[in-house]
Amino acid sequence: MTKSTSIVLSARAFERTVTRMADEIVERNDGIEGLVIVGIQRRGVQIAERIAARIESSEGSRVPLGALDITLYRDDLQTVGPRPVVGKTVLPVPLDGKHVVIVDDVLFTGRTIRAALDELADFGRPARVGLAVLIDRGGRELPIQPDVVGTKVDPPPGSRVDVLVQELDGKDEVVLTSGGAS
Amino acid sequence: MSAHRDVLLKGGRLVDPSSKLDGVGDLLIRDGKIESVGGTIGAPSDATVIDCVGQVVAPGFIDVHCHLREPGREDVETIATGARAAAAGGFTAVCAMPNTDPVTDNQAAVGFVLKQGKAANAARVYPIGAISIGEKGERLAEFGEMVGAGAIAVSDDGKPVVSAQLMRTALEYARTFGIPVADHCEDPTLAEGGAMNEGLVSARLGLKGIPSEAEEIMAIRDILLARRTGGHVHLCHMSTRGSVELIRWGKDRNIRVTAEVCPHHLSLTEDECEGYDTHAKMNPPLRSADDVDALQQAVKDGTIDVIATDHAPHHYDEKEREFADAPNGIVGFETALAVNITWLVKPGIISLSTLIDKMSCAPAKLFHLPGGSLRKGGAADVTVFDPHREWTVEPSKFLTKGRNTPYSGRTLTGAVACVLVDGKIVHTVKG
Amino acid sequence: MSSPLGKDLLGLEQLTAEQINLVLDTAVPLKEISERTIKKVPTLRGATIVNLFFEASTRTRISFEFAEKRMSADTVNVASTGSSVSKGETLVDTARNLEAMRIDMVVIRHPASGAARFLAERIESNVINAGDGTHEHPTQGLLDLLTLRDHFGTLKGKKICLCGDVLHSRVARSNIWGLAKLGADVAVCGPRSLLPNAIEEMGVTVFDRIEAAIEWADALNVLRLQLERMQAGYIPSLREYNRVFGVTRERLDRAPRDVLILHPGPMNRGVEIDSDVADGPHSVILNQVTNGVAVRMAVLYLLSGNTPQLAEAAKGSA
Repeated sequence: MTKSTSIVLSARAFERTVTRMADEIVERNDGIEGLVIVGIQRRGVQIAERIAARIESSEGSRVPLGALDITLYRDDLQTVGPRPVVGKTVLPVPLDGKHVVIVDDVLFTGRTIRAALDELADFGRPARVGLAVLIDRGGRELPIQPDVVGTKVDPPPGSRVDVLVQELDGKDEVVLTSGGAS
Repeated sequence: MSAHRDVLLKGGRLVDPSSKLDGVGDLLIRDGKIESVGGTIGAPSDATVIDCVGQVVAPGFIDVHCHLREPGREDVETIATGARAAAAGGFTAVCAMPNTDPVTDNQAAVGFVLKQGKAANAARVYPIGAISIGEKGERLAEFGEMVGAGAIAVSDDGKPVVSAQLMRTALEYARTFGIPVADHCEDPTLAEGGAMNEGLVSARLGLKGIPSEAEEIMAIRDILLARRTGGHVHLCHMSTRGSVELIRWGKDRNIRVTAEVCPHHLSLTEDECEGYDTHAKMNPPLRSADDVDALQQAVKDGTIDVIATDHAPHHYDEKEREFADAPNGIVGFETALAVNITWLVKPGIISLSTLIDKMSCAPAKLFHLPGGSLRKGGAADVTVFDPHREWTVEPSKFLTKGRNTPYSGRTLTGAVACVLVDGKIVHTVKG
Repeated sequence: MSSPLGKDLLGLEQLTAEQINLVLDTAVPLKEISERTIKKVPTLRGATIVNLFFEASTRTRISFEFAEKRMSADTVNVASTGSSVSKGETLVDTARNLEAMRIDMVVIRHPASGAARFLAERIESNVINAGDGTHEHPTQGLLDLLTLRDHFGTLKGKKICLCGDVLHSRVARSNIWGLAKLGADVAVCGPRSLLPNAIEEMGVTVFDRIEAAIEWADALNVLRLQLERMQAGYIPSLREYNRVFGVTRERLDRAPRDVLILHPGPMNRGVEIDSDVADGPHSVILNQVTNGVAVRMAVLYLLSGNTPQLAEAAKGSA
């Protein structure tokens, strides 16, 4: 089988999607009171930044923005090697009583979000934790569902979904690669 | 009795520096003596004929420095196992250092070593008596009685003679008996706590070093005392370039100083201690490449008289520990010939004839021992070896009880084929 | 399965600059864990670590223990005082016993140089050297490097001088290798009786006078002077040591620039370092302590990728 790639989101669609996600987060929270946006390392962090920027321009004030590195909470650490790089975790405000929205690029098995929930619990007790993802590609292995979804895709088994962001990859794009590749 | 059966060594290369002999020929042994040397000798009826074509036939090697551990540490070596291991290494005689438990510091102890040696029926064993009672460095032992019982030299080896006055007295007193005083040259204050040669490697490994000067200071002290007293000082296991220069200085002035070097100091450097390999731990320690080079040259130019093994077996688990706490020493009998051929003869530093002089003729001469020659009428202590055969060192196959060698796994050149003591075959290798 | 550091951490001499930087880069984000309400991540859940201390050491042991506990490992402390020779069990027996108990990692402090390597060669578990004789103390070296890097941004071209008893210092050796690999200029300063004879061959500059070292250096790592050295005759007295080699306020005041001050602890105030220097504005001695926990967490994390038993267990429960 030969490899084929297709664009799921172009740069413009990417921007529109993030904008819509930001609006939906505000709507679900009924404003920005108590809202904390936390991106998951790595590309969830950039998407979280875009969402925070959009909220700032639409609501006129900035919401606290954090970053979460879940490496040390992974459940597969002993079976992968070499050791994954540990990134920075920064939570700018205490989470007790807050409405935390976790932002990630792709939701797949749900294991990353499980790790993120465990890690958040070590920082305090939020009133509510929500989940916003740019891409939901199905294939869940744990009972975890997103509250806000940018786009749903249903790729054939063995395919990859890559989210590219301007800050790290030079462009905003979501690419689906099916067949051939690992 | 096989002692009375003639032995004919057929077609070997006869090498005997003591009679300037080096050529292919036969050698006939009768009644424990060399009966006839060179040319083609017809086999007498009933003679045992040994085919020596391609082999070297040399006077048996004599080791003037070894530790046989009996009495006291029979778990590590006995005089019997040591004598058999020595024979397997081509030695027809070995001199046992007195640092046993109890110390060989009286005539009864000397007699014991001699008796055990005879019973071993392998290499001859000559006892070396202690210089001081208990090797304590305080009072002289009874040299006269020990020599009377069979001691061939005196030494406090394992320890230096710290007191210069005691060393002076020993050199003077030994003159009556015509025996060498062998000293382990080490300034104990400089060497204290040291585990290896002092240098970059010791600095990197964080191990306390033993500076060359610890040996050299004692070497020159002994040489000067030999000058003062006219006694014969024999410097054990020399390991540094400085020592070589000091010995040369002494010999140039006709001072009665002789010196020995061990195969390991002629072949290995302090780099062997990398990785804290306790098989490379010995005293004196393995030194630098420059020292090895100086020692090789000293063997070549005659500054160093003899090569001795300092065979020092240890129980395997005594070496299986932290470097600083591990005991010093390696086994030497069964690797000495091959190490010397591999590092000295093969690279062309010395000839085979010089090697045989250092391992056989010179030791016999300096310590006034039988053997060390293939001359007609002499004791039939003969070693036959293949100077080209390669073999890999496997400590588990040693006859010594010791397994502590840094040569394990190395491929060496030169293998003993057959060893005769008093005309009797004490060791032979098939094939 | 492989750890980027290999099975063990025995010293900095064998590590590459890349490996050292990996530990430091990993330690940086780990510092944050010690600031949390719940100072614990589940990374080493189920891992058993034995802290095997054959030499009294409060700081290093506590630092390792915090690091292990913050990574959720189960830890057992085994302290055996007295020299290895005087105690009944040999190190090889200790090694065999540990192996039989199927532990994952061993942190070893031992008075004999090479002891950590000795253990590492005989057991499958990861071995971390917490100081072996006068050889190396790699985690101390790493935390010193991290503290310097935190301050200077990079170590390239920075002038670092180790002051005092280099001869008997495992901290000095780990620093010399680590600093050189990260591109720093390394010097030592102390009485020649406390410097290895071959010190220049180790690629360092030697200052005989502390004033010259201070004038040259961007940072001083002041080594602890073991008080036994005086009894052993390496120096005549502590008082004279302080007068000739002590890092004092007066000497630092004459320096052309602010000199950063490190000390691996515990300090002999008034001997190798004066109190007003140790507690002064350019001292990063407490940052070293904080960094110690993060560096040790990083080492535990990085080595854990090479733990066969844990991998087996993880497969079984997956």
